Amino acid sequence: MSIHIGNAESAPPFSTAAHTALQNQQLRQNVRNATNIIQAKRNNMAGELPDWEELRNAGHSIKTHTLQYLDQYLEEFEANVTRAGGHLHWAIDADEANEIIRRIIADRAGKEVIKVKTMTSNEIRLNAYLEQQEITPHETDLADLIVQLGNEEPSHIVVPALHINRTQIRDIFRKELPLAQLGIENLTDDPAQLAEAARLYLRHKFLTVGIGISGANFAVADTGAVVVVESEGNGRMCLTLPDVLITLVGIEKIVPTFRDLEVFLQTLPRSATGERMNPYNSIWTGVTPSDGPSEFHVILLDNGRTDVLANGEGREALACIRCGACLNACPVYHQTGGIAYGSVYQGPIGAIITPQLQSLEHSQTLPYASSLCGACYDVCPVKINIPEILIFLRGEIVRKQQSTLLGKLDPENMAMQAMALVFSSSGLMTTAEAFAKFAQNVFVHDGFIHRLPGMLSGWTNSRDLMPLPKKSFRDWWSHRKKDSAP
Amino acid sequence: MSNSRSAILARIRAANQNRPSDRQQAWALLPRNYCAQGTLNPTERLQLFDERLRHYNGTPFYSTGDVRTDIAKILSDRGRRTLIVPPGLPAEWLPDGFRFMRDENLSKQALDAADGVVTGCTLGIALTGTIVLESSPTQGRRAATLIPDYHLCILRKDDIVELVPEAIRCLEPVKDHPLTFCSGPSATVDIEMTRVRGVHGPRTLDVLLI
Repeated sequence: MSIHIGNAESAPPFSTAAHTALQNQQLRQNVRNATNIIQAKRNNMAGELPDWEELRNAGHSIKTHTLQYLDQYLEEFEANVTRAGGHLHWAIDADEANEIIRRIIADRAGKEVIKVKTMTSNEIRLNAYLEQQEITPHETDLADLIVQLGNEEPSHIVVPALHINRTQIRDIFRKELPLAQLGIENLTDDPAQLAEAARLYLRHKFLTVGIGISGANFAVADTGAVVVVESEGNGRMCLTLPDVLITLVGIEKIVPTFRDLEVFLQTLPRSATGERMNPYNSIWTGVTPSDGPSEFHVILLDNGRTDVLANGEGREALACIRCGACLNACPVYHQTGGIAYGSVYQGPIGAIITPQLQSLEHSQTLPYASSLCGACYDVCPVKINIPEILIFLRGEIVRKQQSTLLGKLDPENMAMQAMALVFSSSGLMTTAEAFAKFAQNVFVHDGFIHRLPGMLSGWTNSRDLMPLPKKSFRDWWSHRKKDSAP
Repeated sequence: MSNSRSAILARIRAANQNRPSDRQQAWALLPRNYCAQGTLNPTERLQLFDERLRHYNGTPFYSTGDVRTDIAKILSDRGRRTLIVPPGLPAEWLPDGFRFMRDENLSKQALDAADGVVTGCTLGIALTGTIVLESSPTQGRRAATLIPDYHLCILRKDDIVELVPEAIRCLEPVKDHPLTFCSGPSATVDIEMTRVRGVHGPRTLDVLLI
C-alpha cells in the first residue's frame, strides 16, 4: 500500500514555503481581498440562523457517530448503491483508485473525461495519471479550469483559484482559450465576461464527452444516494449528461440517513460560500432509466483515512465537510494563502489532515503553521477542535522523532529535556531564574529582548521577548504576608 | 478488489472496538435541538419565499387564476418561443402561439437549441428561496431543466415549506428519485468571491406561483 496525498511528500517545509509566499505582494492582496469578502458573508449567514449552534452540535454528533460505525454504514451504502443499479469499488490507496478509473474508461475506449471539482481526485493525482494514459481530463468548475489552464496549484479547498485575481484570469483565458473560435473579441476582466467565456468553451464538452468524473459531498447510507453541492451547473452537467459516471468518495463522506442531510445542507453552504443555499444540490441514487447516465460507478477511497481513524483524538479530523471556513478565518492562511501548505488540503484543516493521512511521515511542519488562536474551531460547522488536534499532533511528531537515536540526540530535544528537568525541581528552578536574570541583561534593549544568540534565535527571529521581571511570582509568593486575604 | 474491501472494513473495526452495540439506538439519541418546524403563517411564508428567491436573482410571478394566460404572458415578455415541456405537464396549461416540444428523449442538441423549459416542481423552501425538482412526469428528467438557458417553474403556494428540515421530511417518500435543489439561477463566486449570475445552468429562473 502506498499513500500519496497530492505531492505533499515532496513539498518544502511550511516555514520555507511561507517565506516565499509572503514576498509575493500580489498574492497576499488577492488572498486578503477574497477571504475578507467570504468571511463577512459567512458571518452574516451563520449569524442569521437562531439555531446555528444547535446545527453545529448536531453535525458534530452525526459525524462522530458515523465514524464509530463506519464499517456498517459503508456496507449499507454499498448494498443500496448496488440495489439501485450502481457498481461499487473499494480502493485502499491512490494507485488502486486511479487504476479502477483507468479500467472503466478503457472499457469504453474513452479518450477524454469531464470532471466536476473533486479535491479527492487531486489527492490521488488523477489528472496526471490520466494524462500519462493519454486520456484528457477537462476540469469544468470555473476555479479548477483557471488552475488547470494556468498550470497553477490549487490554493483553497472551495475556491482553488482564490489566489488569482480577475486580471490574471483574463490573461490566462486570453492565452489558453480559443477565444476567436468561440466568437469572443476583446475579453476584459469583467467577471461576467470571464464566466461567459468559460460557458461557451465548456458547453461543447458537456454535450459531447461521454464519461464524467465527480466527487461527493455526502454519501447517504440508508438510500445509497450521493450528494453533490455546487454553484455553476457544471456539476449537474457532468452528473447527468455523460453515459458513464464515476464518483470518487472518501470513506468519511458517509452520513447515516437521508434525514441527516437536513443539518449539513444548512451548515455547508452558509459556511462555504456564505449563501443560504448554493445554487444547485444534486441528489441521486444508482441509475434511473431515461434520466442521466446508464452506467454509474462509485469508488470508496481509503488512502490513509483508516489510519487517521485509529489515531486517537486526531480522528476527529475525518468529520470535515470541506467547507473551507477555517481557511477563511485563519490569520496564518490570510497571510500566506494556500500553496505554502504544499497539499491539496490547505489551511487549519489541511494542517491536521495532510500529516495524519501520511502517518506523520511527511508534512510534519504543518501542525506548526498555526498561532493556536482558535478562530478555526469557532467557525467549524461540525465543531472539529482543530487547535487541540494541532497540539496533539505536535506532541505525536515530537514523540515520533524521540523514538530514534538521532532524534534523541537532536540539540532541540536535549535542550527541552534539560528544561523539563529544571521545571520539575524547585531548587534547580530558583538557580536557573537567578542565572537567567543576570545573563539576560546584555540582551535587553528598550525593555524587550529582540535577539537571542545561537539556537535560541529561532524564537526571537519572529517575536520580541519580555525580559524576566525583577521579582518572579515565586519570589512574591514566598515573601507575601501570610495572613493577608487572597 | 474484495481484498481492499475486507482490509478497509477490518481496519475500521479495529479502530472502533469500544462502541455500544446498538447502532440504531445510538443514532436515535443524537441531539437534534435545531429548528425542525417553522412558525410563519402561509402569507408570511410566501412573502419570505418571494424575498429570498429575488435575493438570488430568481423572479416570482403570481397567478391570476388562469395558469395558461399567466404562462403566455411570462413567456412572451421574456421573448421565449420554443420551449421544452416534460411528458406529463398538463396540456391545459400550454397556451397557443408558442412551440412546445414534449421531451420524449430529445437529444442534448435539441435541448440546447430550445429557448427554455417549462416544468412543475415538488416544493419550495421559503428560508432559502429554493425550489426542489424531482425526476417525474411533470418535472421531467434532469437534463431538460439544465441545458436550456431559461426555466419557468410552476409552484403551488401550498407546496412551500419554511425550513430545510421540513423540506427533507416532505421529500422522504421520493428520496430515491433524482432530486435537484435550485436556489436562483446558476451562479459562480470563483472570481474574487463575487457572485456572478449564470454559468452553465439556466441563466434566468422564473417561478409562477399558483
